[in-house]
Amino acid sequence: MTYGPPAQTGHPHPSGVRAERAYLDASTVAPLHPSGREAWLTAVSEGWADPRRLHREGRSARLLLEGARESIAADLGARTEELVFTGSHTAAVHAAVLGTLRARHRVGNTVVMSAVEHSAVLHGTRFAGETSLIDVDRLGRVDVSAFANAVSEPGVALACLQAANGEVGTVQPVGTVSEATRKSGVPLLVDAAAAAGHTSIDPHWDLLTADPRSWGAPDGLGVLAIRAGTRWLSPYPDDDGTEQVPGSVAIPAALAAAVVLKTVTAQREQLGHRRRELTHQIRTAASAIADTEVVGDPDDRLPHLVTFSCLYVDGEAVVDDLDRQGFAVGSGSACTASTLEPSHVLAAMGVLTHGNIRVGLPVDVRPEDVERFCAALPGAVARVRTMLGADDL
Amino acid sequence: MDELGHPIVDARGLRCPLPIIRLAAAARLAVPGSTITVLSTDPAAEPDIAAWCRMRGAEVVSQEWSADENGGFLRSEVKVSAAAG
Repeated sequence: MTYGPPAQTGHPHPSGVRAERAYLDASTVAPLHPSGREAWLTAVSEGWADPRRLHREGRSARLLLEGARESIAADLGARTEELVFTGSHTAAVHAAVLGTLRARHRVGNTVVMSAVEHSAVLHGTRFAGETSLIDVDRLGRVDVSAFANAVSEPGVALACLQAANGEVGTVQPVGTVSEATRKSGVPLLVDAAAAAGHTSIDPHWDLLTADPRSWGAPDGLGVLAIRAGTRWLSPYPDDDGTEQVPGSVAIPAALAAAVVLKTVTAQREQLGHRRRELTHQIRTAASAIADTEVVGDPDDRLPHLVTFSCLYVDGEAVVDDLDRQGFAVGSGSACTASTLEPSHVLAAMGVLTHGNIRVGLPVDVRPEDVERFCAALPGAVARVRTMLGADDL
Repeated sequence: MDELGHPIVDARGLRCPLPIIRLAAAARLAVPGSTITVLSTDPAAEPDIAAWCRMRGAEVVSQEWSADENGGFLRSEVKVSAAAG
């Protein structure tokens, strides 16, 4: 079975290839899983009413919403009543950070975090508090003892560590860091945006955020879980909705997220194993290209991500070359971002920020597409180097 | 070249990866063990010059931002090794 965007004929390419599309950019947004499409359609028909109403239509919507909450909570290792739905992952992170800063303002306003957190964690903190950034090593893994020292300082309201990095795939030592935060009495926010649905999540969090789009659910939903007993106060105006944050929930998105998460969680080991083998093939192919560094931890990593940087290559040009050959990939290079700033993740790791390519394999990735990609890659890199006059450097 | 004969790569206004390509081209012509100065404005040049040095066995002697009328530039001093380029 295949899903995702329909196969299209590519734009003309210098090599003359007119290829079928292969979507290999499932790092933050995966193609919609077919089980999610069905669930979404069901909820559009049966869950459109206001879930707070007492009539049959309202009850039907409420049933779908609460069913989705129970299911997602169970798959993420939370209790049903701990789960809060927001409009997006960004909104969930902002609610987690700002709500903790509000509840713990007497303690202080410092948020300790790794230098490679999601930009929503950085931006949310800068809006209302002070960041204390903890260095990572060349593989992107946070310095545990520096983290522990930082959370033991006075004035720390919150600690934040991602379950795994969404740009380079490295899994973070959440268990060890949680021992330090617990000892210091500082709540720990674990951002599982990249990991949820792909690996199991260490349960030692006080707040958890997740992004359903990364496991193949439609847009329009963010997930926040707040452990019972964690000090948190909504940072927004009061509302009389179903959630602890204002606004209504997109029930079709919630049901679809629940159904897809259930499906991919049931197949997690098999999907992980299959994609780990395919990302290994890409690692091998990329490593064989001159002056190319595969970045992130080679073993303790997410199964579906692989990232590498090619010296003397323009990230935008290589993404464009591959796109015209039928491959959609991502990049952390500055020229591909909306800002001129290079990826803060790659810079913090001390690896090249230019010439970066990020591959994220969707659950239904076809081995033949990965094979074609590995074959196309050296030519794409060589063409860009020639274009830049960097052939013989 | 400056007055002491050290090569200067002026990559101000150039975007990634051009400053690194200019540095590599200068390193190929440089005497092993000598120092190259790179002037740049692209924020990506700071981490990328350091990463290039690591990959090429060169050494970052210093990296310092200075202000000028155009908003500032980075001055990097790089010591090239025999194998650099």
